[in-house]
Order: sequence, then C-alpha cells, then structure tokens
Amino acid sequence: MAGFINSVKRKLNLAPGASSGDGDPVVTELREALSPDRVRYDGAERSLLSRDASVFDGGVAGPVCFPITTAEVQAIMKIALKHQRNIVPRGAGTGLAGGAIPLGAPIVVAVTKMTEIIEVDLDNRIAWVEPGVVNLDLTRHLHRSGFHFAPDPSSQQVCTIGGNVANNSGGPHCLAYGVTNAHVQALEVVLPSGEVVMLGGLEAEPAGLDLRGAFVGSEGTLGITTRIAVTITPDPPAVKTLLLSFETVRDAANTVSQIIAAGIVPAALEVMDQRITVAVENYVNAGYPRDAGAVLLAEVDGLAESIEIDAEKIAQIGHANSAIDVRTAADEAERAALWKGRKTAFGAVAQIAPDYYLHDTVVPRSQLADVLEKIYAIADRHDLLVMNVFHAGDGNLHPLLVFDGREEGILDRVHAAGAEIVRVSLDAGGVLSGEHGIGVEKQAYMDEVFTADDLAHQNRLRQAFDPGCRTNPGKVIPSGHSCADIQALRQVPTGVWA
Amino acid sequence: MTAKLQVTDRVLLDFANEVGDSGPVAIQGNRTRWELGGPASAGTRLVSAPTGIVDYVPDEMTVTVRCGTTVAELHHALAEKGQRTGLPERGGTVGGALAAGENSLHMLGRGRVREAALQLRYVSDDGKVVTGGGPTVKNVTGFDLPRLMVGSLGTLGLLCEAILRTNPIPACTRWLRSETIDPFAVHGTVLRPSALLWDGSSTWIELEDHPAAVDAEQARLAAIADVEQVDGPPVFPEHRWSVPPATLRSTEQFGDGPWIASIGVGTAWASNAQPVTPVDRGVAARAARVKEHVDHRGRLNPGRTPGVR
Repeated sequence: MAGFINSVKRKLNLAPGASSGDGDPVVTELREALSPDRVRYDGAERSLLSRDASVFDGGVAGPVCFPITTAEVQAIMKIALKHQRNIVPRGAGTGLAGGAIPLGAPIVVAVTKMTEIIEVDLDNRIAWVEPGVVNLDLTRHLHRSGFHFAPDPSSQQVCTIGGNVANNSGGPHCLAYGVTNAHVQALEVVLPSGEVVMLGGLEAEPAGLDLRGAFVGSEGTLGITTRIAVTITPDPPAVKTLLLSFETVRDAANTVSQIIAAGIVPAALEVMDQRITVAVENYVNAGYPRDAGAVLLAEVDGLAESIEIDAEKIAQIGHANSAIDVRTAADEAERAALWKGRKTAFGAVAQIAPDYYLHDTVVPRSQLADVLEKIYAIADRHDLLVMNVFHAGDGNLHPLLVFDGREEGILDRVHAAGAEIVRVSLDAGGVLSGEHGIGVEKQAYMDEVFTADDLAHQNRLRQAFDPGCRTNPGKVIPSGHSCADIQALRQVPTGVWA
Repeated sequence: MTAKLQVTDRVLLDFANEVGDSGPVAIQGNRTRWELGGPASAGTRLVSAPTGIVDYVPDEMTVTVRCGTTVAELHHALAEKGQRTGLPERGGTVGGALAAGENSLHMLGRGRVREAALQLRYVSDDGKVVTGGGPTVKNVTGFDLPRLMVGSLGTLGLLCEAILRTNPIPACTRWLRSETIDPFAVHGTVLRPSALLWDGSSTWIELEDHPAAVDAEQARLAAIADVEQVDGPPVFPEHRWSVPPATLRSTEQFGDGPWIASIGVGTAWASNAQPVTPVDRGVAARAARVKEHVDHRGRLNPGRTPGVR
C-alpha cells in the first residue's frame, strides 16, 4: 500500500505550493459554494490531509474543503456528483486503519470546523452535535449536568464524534455501556446524491429499516453525517477503580475471564503488560508498579451498595489468580492518575522508539492468554518489540509493535508480524477489528472471514447508498467484491488535481 | 482458502434449499406479531426457521441459537447459568423477535433488541446463507448487516441463526408501585431502573441489582413518595406506540381509554392505535433502494413493509 501511494505522490510532485487549483472548474465551484479560504489547494494542506494516524504513508488529496453547514456539505456533494469526482470525509484523522486516506485524489471534506454542540435535551437524554465536535468536549460541556458521553476511545481528546460514528468507536468503558452505535439515535446525513436525510429518530423504535445502524461504522462510504443525536448517559453515583498487579499476563487474562464468568460486568477491564507499564511510569508517573508482569485496571460503577460487592468479588478473583497486589484508588485524584496512565500509553512509547504500529483484533476472552503468548512469540520471531495494552473485558487486543522506521527493511517485518497476529486472532475464533475498522489496512483479510456471498451483500448495501462508489472509494470491501475497482484508484486521471 | 464464516451446519443449508431461489416466500415463527408491517401476500409459500441452541458459552456471554427457537426456551436454558438476553419474551421465536425489532418491556435495564444481535445468518433472495457481523461482543468488521436486519420483518433475508449477547440476571428483581410519585422524577432519582411505567395515576418501577442496592433504591423512592411492592407490571392495552420519550408528558395524545407509557423509553401501549406517520420520503426512498439491491424480485416476505403499524 505505502509503495503505490508513494509512487503516486512522486508522480504528482506533491510539493507545498505546487498548485493553487485556479482554472480547475471543480475548485472554482467549490470556492463559490463555500468561501475561498475554506477550499484549500495548497500543497501543504493537501499533503497534511493525505494521511491519517496509521502507518500508511499518505494518499493523494485533491481540493480540501472545510464546510461549516449542512448546506455546504450538500453543495460539495452536488459538485462532486456533477463532475463525477470522488469524496473522502474526514474528522480529526486519528484513525489507525487508513480509513481517511484519500485514494485517487478525491475531494477531501474535513468536518473539523463543524464543532457546534447544538442542543442538550435532558428530557430525551440526547445531545445534538455537529460531526466535528471533539469527543471529550461533549463530556466537558455536560460537566455538572449529571451526564456524559459514554464512548471514550483513547484518542478522545482529539477525535471527533463524526469520526466515532464512521468507525463505530469503542473505548475502555464500552464494556458496560456499548460502542458508538448504541449511543447514536439519529443522524442527519448528506448522501452521495446530494440529498439530505435523517436516519433513525428519537422515538423508542423509529419506523422503517434501521438505516442509522447500517450507517454507523460504514467508514465514510455511505455519505457524510452533518448532525448527530447522541445518547447522554447519567453519571454513576459511585465509582471504584482497582489496580490489580500480577506476575504474568496469563494471570491477568484469566482474572478477566473469571470476572465476567462470575456475572459481573464492570465498567472497564483494561490490561497492560510490564513493558508498557514501565513506559507509562517513565512518561506520566501514574502510580503503576514497575515490577509486575501485568496490571489490570478494573472499574466498577453504579450504586455505592452495588459496587462494594462487585469490587470485593473482583479482588477475590484476582487473589485466586495469584495477584501480587490489589489496590483501590483512594480518591478521585488517584483514579484520574491511573486512567491518565492507561490513556497516554500510546504516547508513552515515543520514548522507546519513534514509530509504532497499533493492531486491533478481538478474540474470545477465554483465548486471551493463549493468543497473547503467540503474539509475543511472533514478535520475537521477527525481532520486533511488542507491547500489549488492551480492552481485556471485550477480548479486544491492541498489540503495539514499536520500531524505528529508519531501519532498513523493518516495515516489511512489522507488516509480516502484523499479518500473523491477525491470523492467530482469527484462528482463535476472533474478528478482524474491534474498533479501528477495516479501512485499507485489513481489506485483504476480509476474504478470509467472509464468503463471497457475505461480501456481495455488504456491497449491495454500499451501492444502495452510493451507486457510483464515489464516497471514500477503495475502503472496507476488498477489490474483486467492491463496486469500485480499487486498482483504478492507483491511477490519478490525467489532468485531475495535478 | 475457506472463509472463517463459511456455513457448514447442514440444518442451515437444508433450510436454504427449502427457501430456494424462486417464488415468493415468507417466514413464520409463532405468529405473535404476524400482522406487523402488513400480512404476507396471499399465495406466498411459508417456511419456518430451524430450531435449537447450537452453542452456549456463558463465560463469553454469547449464545448461538437457530432462529426458530422460542425466546422462552432460549431464556430457560440461559437462566440455568444465570443469564438472559435483551429479547422480549412473549411467546414468539428468536427470529420473530429480531425481525420485529420491538424492544422488551425491560429495555432500560436489558438494552435494545438491535444491540443484542452480534452475528446474524439469513437466507438471501437467491437461496444462499449469508453471514453478517461476527461472534464477539465488540466487532467493526465490515458493514453492519445485523443492525439492518433487526426490524426488517424478513424483507431483506430470512433469519436462520443468531449469535446473541447475553447478560447476567441480577441477584434481585423487585417491582414497586406508587400512586403519588412523579414518574419523571423517578427517572432522575433511580440510577438504572429496568422498567418505569406510568398510566397517568400509578407508576410501576422495576429495580434489578444486588439486594442491598435494590433496598437502597427503594428507600430513596420512599423518601419522596409512598411506594409498595407488587408482583409485576400491569396488564397492557392492545396497541403499541413509539414516540420520543420527552413527549410522554403529553398524555392527551393517547386519546380516550387506558394507556401505559414506558418513561425514558418512549414506548407506550394504548387502547387506541397510534396515528400513522409517514416515513420521511428521503428515508423511504433509501430503504426502497436497499430492498431493491438485496431482493430485487421482491420475493422475501412480500406484502410486508417495515415501519407500517
């Protein structure tokens, strides 16, 4: 993937200031529809938005649009339709599967200026937000109202709710509260045809097919959302956060499995191995033990009378699995420190190596320990350093391959190890992705999971929304099954954007 | 290479053969919601989904069940391990509950039906078994066909097998009733009631948790109103309504006759039928396009339209 994208970039001579776009009728029409300053065509902007947070080395962006209203998004869609140009929607670009990488020099629609929290409706327990609202900003806005927005991906300080909708994002607390789909009640969407429709609704059971549910997690391939009604969740009256330390990752994983088996559904169950724990301690001094083989961060929330019982049971299960130590956060400051450590884990690896590749697979909880041992062995075999920090309660693994991209040939080893990690997860009865999505990263594996008939049905849904396959083309469904010929996207049509 | 989700269960493949690839065909469960979305067209061949629990892994909180199995039978098996699902239990089948998409009375505590389905298998218009979703609770692998299938009344595919998320049954379930409490105040007082019903004068509250927590919630309610313990919910009027929860304050919408509203949810049951509100034209057009792409001959459950009450 990186190879062909680089070759296209070289072909385009994509240097800052390469072109203003003047004279291109599409750029002209876009500037008339928005405003000249919100349709960028300079090399710097195009280069910046040619990649996301994944290791995939950028795509090729066409004009970059920053709409501020639904009408402007609609105008962009209509211009794209008129000129048969592709569209790639984009939030903050924190995706890790290459889902926002523009292939084939499309019009890039960045919703990052649509940041209004339009209304908080406590009677319906929803908030209407624009797609560029940063995830954590909504919870901050709700502070003191007694409510919060439950999906909390690690990137929540920067990722947008529009991006969360596209990827059906999760986070540590979706163990008890569910992923983004469970928190989206209605979506205003601009379709590739330029029509604006409201999918879902605030009713208990909105009438008709659940197109809302089909849109969430579709990775920007079915249209662009411009307003979202998200559920707001009451703050729990009491929370207990426990830090359990173990000699081995296996003990921590077994504890997780047994907690669930005991009928407890904690708010979060997160495991970190020793390598990442030490990195985090060096980075933010969160209070994790440096000598433990693994730590389990377990959080229970709810009524005080209830969480006392669950916390005690969790501690018992931990001790039965040879926990070295079980500690309960004494106050909000200690709890915040423990979570800060978990949520900054990926930042902490920068002190070890300049690059990392974060994988995302899900395995049955009972398979966690075995799959983790295989992952360590895979990394050893490829002479790579792997760290594990993951949503254990969901069986959602996040192996982190840490490396220095300047080392000759290392990216090939990283990709080879990654492929093996995906396969051991699938062999254990798991799935390709828990929360990062397929993007371009995992397309090639879709054939290993789904049959041709399964993929044909996914593609039928895609075509019902976007018959021309112009919205985020070349993503999710692999070539050969997709309505868009991904191979064709490797060529930028002559005279377009160059 | 064989895809991981390749269907090998002979029972499902036989069902697909029975559905075949031509002629109108409708699926029937126990006919508890048979008229929903309009009756099947006359002359349509009827088939029934296979039955049986295929795999139950309590530690994973998932169960694989064939869609002709009754919800009661499924819940009976799950209860032996202290678990249940979010599907409503009222005499119907698993497939019927998923196809209808109507939430359980206990939705506040057990979640929506659409969130219970992790992986669904259905027979397509061309007689193939198609799989959407995956076996784990967390999964974003491709387009979310299960969400689309729930509530689609079998018009996009005939459901034959489901992997459902299960949940632990709380140690204590208690129903309370009050004649003096403001039901909307209850929603703010009790953290997570499993059900909260109101008929304009009485309020029914279902609490589920550890016994000590249920006692504490009851005490909090007793501090603001008179509450008494009762055996269960009231008897419901015939017609099911679906409105935004905030509009339940406007009780005149139900007209004359008894009604019961699910506060915080927006479901209600009234002696009068809910006036038909046409589905937004743009949404209806898109739904029609989905149907056209998935079943262009219109052979699956002809006569039914999701959203028509």
